[in-house]
Amino acid sequence: MNKSKLNLNLDVKTYMMIIALIAIWLIFTVITGGTFLTPRNFSNLFRQSVFTSVLAIGMVMVILMGHIDLSVGSLAGLTGGIVAIFDVWMGMNPWLAILITLAIGVLIGLWNGWWVAYMKVPSFIVTLGGLLIFRGILIGITKGTTIGPMSNVYRYLGKEYLPNSVGILLGVISIAYFLYTQYRTRKDKLKYNFEVLPFKLEIIKSIVIIVLIGVFITVMNSYQGVPVPLIGLMILFFIFSFVTRKTVFGRHIYAIGGNNEAAQMSGINISRTTLLVFMFNGLMAAIAGIMLTSRLNAASVAAGTSAELDAIAACVIGGTSLMGGIGSVGGAVVGAVVMASLDNGMSLLNVPMFWQSIVKGLVLIVAVWFDVYSKKRGKTAGA
Amino acid sequence: MEDIILEARNITKDFPGVRALDQVSIKVRKSQIHALCGENGAGKSTLIKVLSGVYPHRTYEGEIFLNGQKREFNSIVDAEKEGIAVIHQELTLFNELSVAENIFMGHEIEKNGIIDWNAMYAESYKWLEKLKLNDVKPTTKIKNLGVGKQQLIEIAKALIKESNILILDEPTASLSDSEVELLMEILRDLRNDGVTCIYISHKLEEVFRIADYITVLRDGKSVGGDKTENLTERDVVRMMVGREITQMFPQKETEPGEIILEVRNFSLTDPDTEKKIVDDVSLNLKKGEILGIFGLVGAGRTELVNSIFGAPPGEKEGEVYLKGEKVEINSPQDALAKGIALVSEDRKRYGLIGTMNVKENTSIAFLEEFKKFLTVDENREVISVRQLVDELNIKTASLETKVFNLSGGNQQKVVVAKNLITETDVLIMDEPTRGIDVGAKHEIYNLMKDLAEKGLSIIMVSSELPEILGMSDRILVLHEGRISGEFDNRKKDVTQEEIMICATGGES
Repeated sequence: MNKSKLNLNLDVKTYMMIIALIAIWLIFTVITGGTFLTPRNFSNLFRQSVFTSVLAIGMVMVILMGHIDLSVGSLAGLTGGIVAIFDVWMGMNPWLAILITLAIGVLIGLWNGWWVAYMKVPSFIVTLGGLLIFRGILIGITKGTTIGPMSNVYRYLGKEYLPNSVGILLGVISIAYFLYTQYRTRKDKLKYNFEVLPFKLEIIKSIVIIVLIGVFITVMNSYQGVPVPLIGLMILFFIFSFVTRKTVFGRHIYAIGGNNEAAQMSGINISRTTLLVFMFNGLMAAIAGIMLTSRLNAASVAAGTSAELDAIAACVIGGTSLMGGIGSVGGAVVGAVVMASLDNGMSLLNVPMFWQSIVKGLVLIVAVWFDVYSKKRGKTAGA
Repeated sequence: MEDIILEARNITKDFPGVRALDQVSIKVRKSQIHALCGENGAGKSTLIKVLSGVYPHRTYEGEIFLNGQKREFNSIVDAEKEGIAVIHQELTLFNELSVAENIFMGHEIEKNGIIDWNAMYAESYKWLEKLKLNDVKPTTKIKNLGVGKQQLIEIAKALIKESNILILDEPTASLSDSEVELLMEILRDLRNDGVTCIYISHKLEEVFRIADYITVLRDGKSVGGDKTENLTERDVVRMMVGREITQMFPQKETEPGEIILEVRNFSLTDPDTEKKIVDDVSLNLKKGEILGIFGLVGAGRTELVNSIFGAPPGEKEGEVYLKGEKVEINSPQDALAKGIALVSEDRKRYGLIGTMNVKENTSIAFLEEFKKFLTVDENREVISVRQLVDELNIKTASLETKVFNLSGGNQQKVVVAKNLITETDVLIMDEPTRGIDVGAKHEIYNLMKDLAEKGLSIIMVSSELPEILGMSDRILVLHEGRISGEFDNRKKDVTQEEIMICATGGES
């Protein structure tokens, strides 16, 4: 018997996370007397979460495979510096500069992945080395200076908003796409005589999604429009959610993380998959680096410092197991938004920086404890 | 006169949705070896956990009496204090620590917090001698001992706690025959010294050799028990499965065809010791044949088939021909692509992915088969997997059930299923029935027969003689990496003695 479960590109754990996220939002809304809930603040909050979210999308694949990447903060800093050098010092065409920078990100990911996959050096060590190496290169090539300001294209990518009409158009397109895929899966399943949701539930589910997309666009438009970097994040989320959940490559990632030896005996090419995942992660770090430089309108030697830890925390809060095999891209992004919400809410309340750090640390521990606790209860209940 | 040391009365233990134990009562007599038999899931482990305090009292119904006195255990420590020690199937030793450190783990001999090594070594020697481990020093690291000796260290660990009731959970699961022999001898010695043993095992032959009394559990109920001399193996099997298995090994009705796989002059060298694990082995396999490969522990059985399958480690030489053509197999990927599949001896480690469900585990080796453009066509995947689940009669709540929630026999069927999801010519099965109960064994044998009749060629590696003799068309015996004997067994007329002589290196 097939359990009928809601298929929203998210797993059960992610639903729990979304509930926790809404709870956090409610608490901050009450404490700030409503300031938290304004469109302006939400727009800020989402923009703040983009950088960590993008890193978390790459990181979650690495962690799913049972590895870790400590170098992405330095790598984002380095690629952010490189793109600034191309733009400010060399006056290169922005699109070409971005393309080359992304390629460099992929190459550095290849470097990490090669050491891990073929030279069998533990990823912790390889990327710890990378953390130092890439930061060193950044300081060297920028001669320790801050490079800026960036040309207009970057500022548009990093800071601007889509016109309201484009936002609405995007909303309509995504609703149409959603309805189309729903219709297709349902038709396919019926063709094979599989169980499907009752039609009524299907309608309710569709309405909920349509309303959510509508509310989101409306909220964003009532401030200045949908932020451009947020669109970038959504596209990446969509792509990698698809890659991890729907493709053979994605299934292999989960298998390797779940049981490396069994995966090997099942004929999965572990080295190649590992290499590819690290390359994707390098790409994501480069995207994040370009976004960061664009938003700050300059590259500095300290950019992205300890961002890898934020990304790991986002994955873990989003239900990813550091042992590998369990987690999702959706969860990681929700985790990143949780972290950004805590930052944003506490800043609104003028909570001192040191408290913010303490609270985020505690939330991380409690989130994992809750996961361990519920699993334990689930186990004794299910045995 | 009957001297009852441990008695459990009307134990009932519920898990949500399942009654694991239902009014089970058991009386264990002092200085006896009391065997507990039952299929997987019959409730043996649960009963042990109740007796040893893993499940605190009040989480179950019923009473426990020790020497006639009612006892309530709130934790393992309580039970240990009363002299009940459990030796689990999975050993709980520290590989990097010495024998003495392991024996005294948690009970170190100390003065003011400083370990008295001399006293510990002296005491260790005493126990090592008692357990006939004369060649083991207290300072030897555990990792340098074989599994059999490790098992005995585990027993020493229990004995220093002055335990007088030892519970052994499948103690011989990973032991060779000679090690089993030694263990039996030691258990008899301990019995004579007044130690009581509760012995849990699937292997009835062992149970009948050593136990004074047998209790059988089925579906959480105790279905019978008597002195060993009043029972036969057949009685016990009937009680365990609730029906009589007249024919354990089904008879294949087809004859092997032409040669499909040929291995020539195959050798495998251990990269660390440079010792030849497999030494110049040549063999062939015919279409629809079940080829049994037997050997004692260390004969190189698993290494041979693993390296044919392309699984590391080691340096190999030799040639493999598939349907007359020479093939290069350097990884499991190569092997699977050419139609050679392997069911590994350790399904938890090499066969299954615990984080994944039944469907994902079944399809993982051949996902490419379900590729539609960039994606996995989950509808087709579900259809294929469901068909196999029905065909192999895999009992699972749903295809989305996590694979480790299945019973051992059904897990094994999933491992077989994952290799059948696409066209396969050769199926290598390494210890296909290890750790699964009698009923499931029977089903696996039937499955092998059906597959062979359909033209699949099977290599079965096993350390269990009855299944080698009962299932194989032809038997190869390995001894120290070499083939020491080959037997035509189409009439199922080869005897245990013939095989054992070859396996131990004697002249045949």
